[in-house]
Amino acid sequence: MSQLLKVKKLKTAFMSKEQSVQVVRGVSFGINKGEIVGIVGESGCGKSVTSLSIMRLLKGTSGHVQEGEVIFNGKNILEMSEREMRKVRGKEMSMIFQDPMTSLNPVLKIGRQLMQGIMLHLKLSKKEAERYAIEMLESVGIPRAESIMDEYPHQLSGGMNQRVMIAMAMSCKPELLIADEPTTALDVTIQAQILELMKDLRDKQDTTIMMITHDLGVVSEVCDRVIVMYAGKVVEEGPTKEVFENPQHPYTEGLIKSMPKIGLKQKRLYAIPGQVPDPMSMPRGCKFAARCPYVMDKCLENEPELLDVKETKQQSRCWLTEEKSKGGETVES
Amino acid sequence: MSNTNVSMDEITMEDEKAESMIKILIRSFIKNKLALASFIVLIFLLLIVIFGPWIAPYDASETDYDSILEGPSLNHLAGTDEFGKDVFSRLIIGARTSLSVGFSAVLLGAVAGTILGLLSGFFGGWIDRIIMRTSDVLFAFPDLILAIGMVAILGPGLKNVVIAIAFFSTPSFARIIRGETLEIKQRLFIEAEQSLGAKKGRIILKHVFPQTVPTIIVYISMNVGGAIISAASLSFLGLGAPPGSPEWGAMLSASREFVGQGFHLILFPGLAVFITVLALNLFGDGLRDVLDPKTRD
Amino acid sequence: MGSYIVKRILGLIPLLLAVSFVIFIFVHLIPGDPARMMAGRDATNEEVEALRVSLGLDKSLVEQYFVYMKGLLSGDLGHSLRSNVPVTELFSDRFLPSLQLSLMSIGWAIAMGIIMGVIAAVFRGKWPDYLSTFIAISGISVPNFWLGLVMIQIFAVGFGWFPAGGIETWKSYIMPSFALGAGIMAMITRFTRSSLVQTLQEDFIRTARSRGLNEKSVIFGHALKKSIITVLTIAGLQFGYLLGGSVVVEAVFSFPGMGRLLIDSIQFRDYPVVQSLLLIFSLQFILVNLVVDILYGIFNPKIRYN
Repeated sequence: MSQLLKVKKLKTAFMSKEQSVQVVRGVSFGINKGEIVGIVGESGCGKSVTSLSIMRLLKGTSGHVQEGEVIFNGKNILEMSEREMRKVRGKEMSMIFQDPMTSLNPVLKIGRQLMQGIMLHLKLSKKEAERYAIEMLESVGIPRAESIMDEYPHQLSGGMNQRVMIAMAMSCKPELLIADEPTTALDVTIQAQILELMKDLRDKQDTTIMMITHDLGVVSEVCDRVIVMYAGKVVEEGPTKEVFENPQHPYTEGLIKSMPKIGLKQKRLYAIPGQVPDPMSMPRGCKFAARCPYVMDKCLENEPELLDVKETKQQSRCWLTEEKSKGGETVES
Repeated sequence: MSNTNVSMDEITMEDEKAESMIKILIRSFIKNKLALASFIVLIFLLLIVIFGPWIAPYDASETDYDSILEGPSLNHLAGTDEFGKDVFSRLIIGARTSLSVGFSAVLLGAVAGTILGLLSGFFGGWIDRIIMRTSDVLFAFPDLILAIGMVAILGPGLKNVVIAIAFFSTPSFARIIRGETLEIKQRLFIEAEQSLGAKKGRIILKHVFPQTVPTIIVYISMNVGGAIISAASLSFLGLGAPPGSPEWGAMLSASREFVGQGFHLILFPGLAVFITVLALNLFGDGLRDVLDPKTRD
Repeated sequence: MGSYIVKRILGLIPLLLAVSFVIFIFVHLIPGDPARMMAGRDATNEEVEALRVSLGLDKSLVEQYFVYMKGLLSGDLGHSLRSNVPVTELFSDRFLPSLQLSLMSIGWAIAMGIIMGVIAAVFRGKWPDYLSTFIAISGISVPNFWLGLVMIQIFAVGFGWFPAGGIETWKSYIMPSFALGAGIMAMITRFTRSSLVQTLQEDFIRTARSRGLNEKSVIFGHALKKSIITVLTIAGLQFGYLLGGSVVVEAVFSFPGMGRLLIDSIQFRDYPVVQSLLLIFSLQFILVNLVVDILYGIFNPKIRYN
């Protein structure tokens, strides 16, 4: 399996009230061709910012990438000029967002919005672009695609709009599709349909998908591998099945525990005690220490590295792991 | 029963919130340098208005036929007019008139508009309908034209200019305050207070009105500049201050004949209006930024 | 969409009736006797009375109102008391120049206002923004007649580029339209800026960028499209300011338009002219507001398809 995307020690900061706050504090991971990788974490852990940093879509926010490399198809896209990046965006790499109702331009017809990217990247004529756009809408399962072209986003439901977004994102046949919480704003039944659609994209069109979500259910449905983020860093990584069955990091363990399970008679839902630390005043040592049931003195002093866990295909950022795999290689080298 | 207890607490909480808000306002206001600069200019203008006649180097009607239509010099900082009167002194003395006309007009309009808006919003029904329909009709006329019409009926003179400007300012105020009143009325504690049997007048005065004050202040600040310009315009047309008075608009009207000969006669009075209104607008902007963050960008 | 328009138009009828009524009352509240004014001070009382009868001014107010309304509905605006010329004729000479002046002013204002507003929004926080905003606030703060006088001094007397008054050539329109439009341009700049800044924060802008569109397309093809609605609404609302300002600006430039006519007619207590002028002014204003309303409906698809 060839590696399509490699993120190395990515650090992104935001300006807040004249203070610089690091929200992504050194994230590294890789995505192979044909995979569906899930990036999981609570809100504020930096997963969305990571994806925006990869796409270099931080304009308009007070965020900027401070350090790191993002190697896509062999090239470090962080070092590209904006012009070159625009050729990548929308064509080789594209993104869909959380709220389909606000992510589409309310005053432009759907057809027009679709055709913009098509004409830009694929250099088709208006007529050809129109036909192609209709094909795209049909391929994502939108009925009466031709009449939809003339409609406005507010005339469609959330689920339909999300399909439109997917059609838009897929229209130039990108190699990598980044999906930022694509189903969070949708009804459960529609969720399932969209997830099926994404699996389809991978199976039939060979699209690699990076799925950002806070919903472990989605991860278990669709993702081959899962990357768990906490407080701006990756804390666990591995094949979905194994991570679920045998979580290495206490945070992952807590997340899985707090998933409501049908059939299990639970009086109270489990919730990880405590709160996510404030990025403006992070504690020393491991950022999860305050909430961790296995906390040791060591944890309060130093932040652990992300290491391979012996005899598994997983990696974990925990002093417990280090104990288990003394002498293992760190991922960040 | 517990409902009303909660609301009484809410009421006192609102009052306390208002006081600490003022401190926050002052602090953020100081940060905005442009607003601060304009505030200083305004204080300066206020001093001129108060102490005008005493600081002016010459008398406003002091003639000097030896030096007519002279440009700016050390003797006459802004030159002289066709009678040899010192323009600079006239500007200073006229400040009183020009500024007070604008201010009093807007204040009058604000008072009238606030009363109407409060009544309209609070009582609704036919009172509301009459007031709103009337203001709809008044809105169909462009401001200055309405003012000209009023002055035509009432006769020229500054007092009538004030009335005319107040007249066309009232509907906008009424509308805004009505909107605010409706919003405030929505909130629970008014109904709670009513259930306690408090008199309607008391409710309006003690609880609704104070909450509209920030909006009133913002709106006054937005309109004073325009009122001053309207007043100057009316004087320019000969409908306001009597010709020959040192009111800035009247001075501009008189200066028309001397285009070419006495640019300073045109430049300085207009500059005075411009700087005043500019300072007022910048100040109003700063005030609005601080009082209503929603309008901030 | 059609029903939307029809409803708005129908809603205007009671308003227009009320407005014409108010104008009538207004005009007749103006003190002074037009018959006396026209006859002159030396005329005898009988002469004045005869004149009054011939002008129909002796009838009761109610009767006069009906004459007025009847005339309105049949397009007869009466005759000028001063010159006995039909009011409609008086207007025909002046209406076109005034209209052209207004259109030019609004044209200036919208074009320059949008450009400056876009610059301010795109370069937000940097010097082009501050410059634009400063020009905008200055535009609102400057008295338009003073601007006119200063322009006459500099460009007409000083450089001789433009005539100081009259309407002989197209050049005579340049300075007055600029003086008239300055305040409106300022408002449009400010609103374009704030609307654009707000729109640029919205999610769909991020989507547009994610598709690889360059900033120019994003701003003009996406953001501005959404903001243009607000801008046009503001422009329309400023039209009243334009009408009022025309009175003063026309005076400054000795421009023979409707504005000047108003002042002159009020002075002479020329009731029919004043009445008709006030009516035309308010009608223009109401119509522009209606057009803005309708345009808003066209541009904002949410309203259109409801």
